[in-house]
Amino acid sequence: MKEKVYNILLYVTAAVIPILCGGIFYALCTDAYGAFQHFGFFQFITSTDWNSTPGHEQYGALPFITGTLMTTILALIFCIPFSLPVAMFVGEYFKGTVVASILSTITDLLAGIPSVIYGLWGFFTLRPLLMAMNISPQGSGVLTASLVLAIMIVPYAASLSAEFIKMVPDDLKEGAYSLGATRAEVIRRIIFPVAGSGIFSSYILALGRAVCETMTVTMLIGNTNNIPTSVTATGNSMASIIANQFGEADGLKLSSLIAIGLILFLITAVINVIGKIMIKKARIS
Amino acid sequence: MNIKTRIAKDRIQLWTVCFFAALTAVPLLAIIGEVVIKGFGQISWSFLTEPTPTAYKAMKAVQAGEPIPGGIANGIVGTLIMVGMAAIVAIPVGILCGAFLAENSKKRSAVIISFLTDLLQGTPSIIIGIITYIWVVVPMKGYSAIAGSGALFIMMLPLIIRSTEETLKILPTSLQEAGLALGANRASVMLRIQLPAAFGGIFKGVLLSISRVTGETAPLLFTALGCSFIRWSINKPISAVPLLIWEFFNDPHLQDLIWGASFFLLLFVLTLNLTAKYIAKKWNQ
Repeated sequence: MKEKVYNILLYVTAAVIPILCGGIFYALCTDAYGAFQHFGFFQFITSTDWNSTPGHEQYGALPFITGTLMTTILALIFCIPFSLPVAMFVGEYFKGTVVASILSTITDLLAGIPSVIYGLWGFFTLRPLLMAMNISPQGSGVLTASLVLAIMIVPYAASLSAEFIKMVPDDLKEGAYSLGATRAEVIRRIIFPVAGSGIFSSYILALGRAVCETMTVTMLIGNTNNIPTSVTATGNSMASIIANQFGEADGLKLSSLIAIGLILFLITAVINVIGKIMIKKARIS
Repeated sequence: MNIKTRIAKDRIQLWTVCFFAALTAVPLLAIIGEVVIKGFGQISWSFLTEPTPTAYKAMKAVQAGEPIPGGIANGIVGTLIMVGMAAIVAIPVGILCGAFLAENSKKRSAVIISFLTDLLQGTPSIIIGIITYIWVVVPMKGYSAIAGSGALFIMMLPLIIRSTEETLKILPTSLQEAGLALGANRASVMLRIQLPAAFGGIFKGVLLSISRVTGETAPLLFTALGCSFIRWSINKPISAVPLLIWEFFNDPHLQDLIWGASFFLLLFVLTLNLTAKYIAKKWNQ
C-alpha cells in the first residue's frame, strides 16, 4: 500500500517536467501564431523593419537574430583564451592542489554573480574604459556586451573542459613522457586529441548560456532596432528586445515579441541538445 | 627539434597558462571591489528598513545636497516572499523528481524526463518570464507576487532535480540493497536511508538554486513588475532587490542608490554560494 502511494507520488511529480516543457512550447506557439500568420514565417525572420506606429505596424526579427548571433559568437571567441588556460591549470598542471581549488572557487563565484551586477559593472566601468581607449565611440554596443558575456561564460566552459582534461587516462600521458615528451607536447599531442570532443561540447554549452543571457546584454548593447553594422555598433539581441518592449506591448507587437521568444527558445533548445549529446558521447569514449 | 627549444617552449606554455588563468580572477576582484567600495558606505539601518523614495523626493534631496532618503526594504520583503514561496513548492517537487530519475534511471520515461529537465534548465530566463505572463498574469488580470514566484519556481526546479538525482546516484547501491534485504519497502528505503544519506548534496543544491534565483531579474520584469512601498499581499505587484537595481539603473534620479542595493544582493548571493560549498564539503568528510 505504502509502496503504491509512493510510486504514484513519484510518477505524478515527475510528470510536472513534461507538462511544463510541453506547456511552454504550446503557449509560445499559440501566442506567436498571430505574428507568423500576419507576416508569414520566412518574411518575419528575414524582415529588418521594426515599426510600431499604429496603422503601419511592421515587425521583423532579423536585426535581433543577427544581434544575438554576433554577441554570442564574439563572446565565445573572447572567452577561449581565458577558459582554456583555466581548464588546463585546474585539470592538468595543478590538478588536485590548493591553488587549483582556489582558482575553481574563483570561477564558481564568477558564475554566481547576478547578471544585473555584471551589467552595472560593464556599464559603469568597462564602457568608460572602452570609450577612453577610443575603441568604441558611444561605449555601448555589441563589443561591450560580448566582452562582459565572455567573462560570464568562462566558468561554464572552464569547469566542464577541466573535467574532460582530468579524465584523460594516466597511462596515455605516462607513455608519452617515457618517450621523452615534454609537458607541452603531452598536452598538445595527447590531452587535446583525447579530450577534444569533450572540450568542444563544453564550449557549445557555454554558447547556449550566452544566448540565454538577458539583462547584461540589455544594459550594454545600446538597444537600437537595426542590424549592427560593425562590432562596435549598437543593436539589440532577441532577449534584450523582449526585455525592453514586452512590458508595454499588446496585439500584434506582443505576438511578434512572443514569436521572437519562440525562435530564441528553439535556438537554445537545439544548442543544448547538440551539446548534451556530444557530452554523452565524449564521456562514453 | 633541439631539446633546449622544446624545454623553453614547455616553460613558455606553463607561464602563459598561469598568466591567463590568473587573469580570470581580475574581473571577479574588479566587480566585487567596485560594488564594495561604492556600496558599503550606503548600507545603513534606514537603507535596509525603508522603502524606495519616489523619483521626485530623490531629486529634491539631490538638489539640496543631501543623501537620498529611503532604501530597499520593499525589494527585500518582495525577494523574501517570492523566493520563499518558490522554494516551498520547488524543494519537495524537485527532490521527488530527482528520486524518480535516480530510481528509474534505466527506464525510457526517466530518460525522456531527464532530457526535458536539461531543456528546462537551458531555457532562457526571459522566456520563463513570458510564459508566466501568459499563464498567470493574463488570467489573473494583473502582475503579482504569485506570478513572480511561479517564474522563480520554474527556474529552481531543474536545478534541484539535477542535484538530487546526481547525489542519489553516487550513493553506494549496497546502501539501498541492505535496506531492501531487511524487508523495508522502496518508499522507506528512500525516505529513511537514501535521502538522509544524500542530505549534504541535496542541501547544497537547494542553497545554490536559491542563490541563483535571488539574483534573477529577467523573469520578474513582467511578472512581479515592482512596487515602491513595502507590500505583504501576494496578489498585487511586488518588488525585488534585483528589480530595484534595474529600476535605479533606468531612473537617473535614483541612480545613487544602485551600489548599496547591488552590495546587498552580491553579499547575499555569494555568501549563500560559499556556504553551500562549505556545507557540502563538511558533510562529505
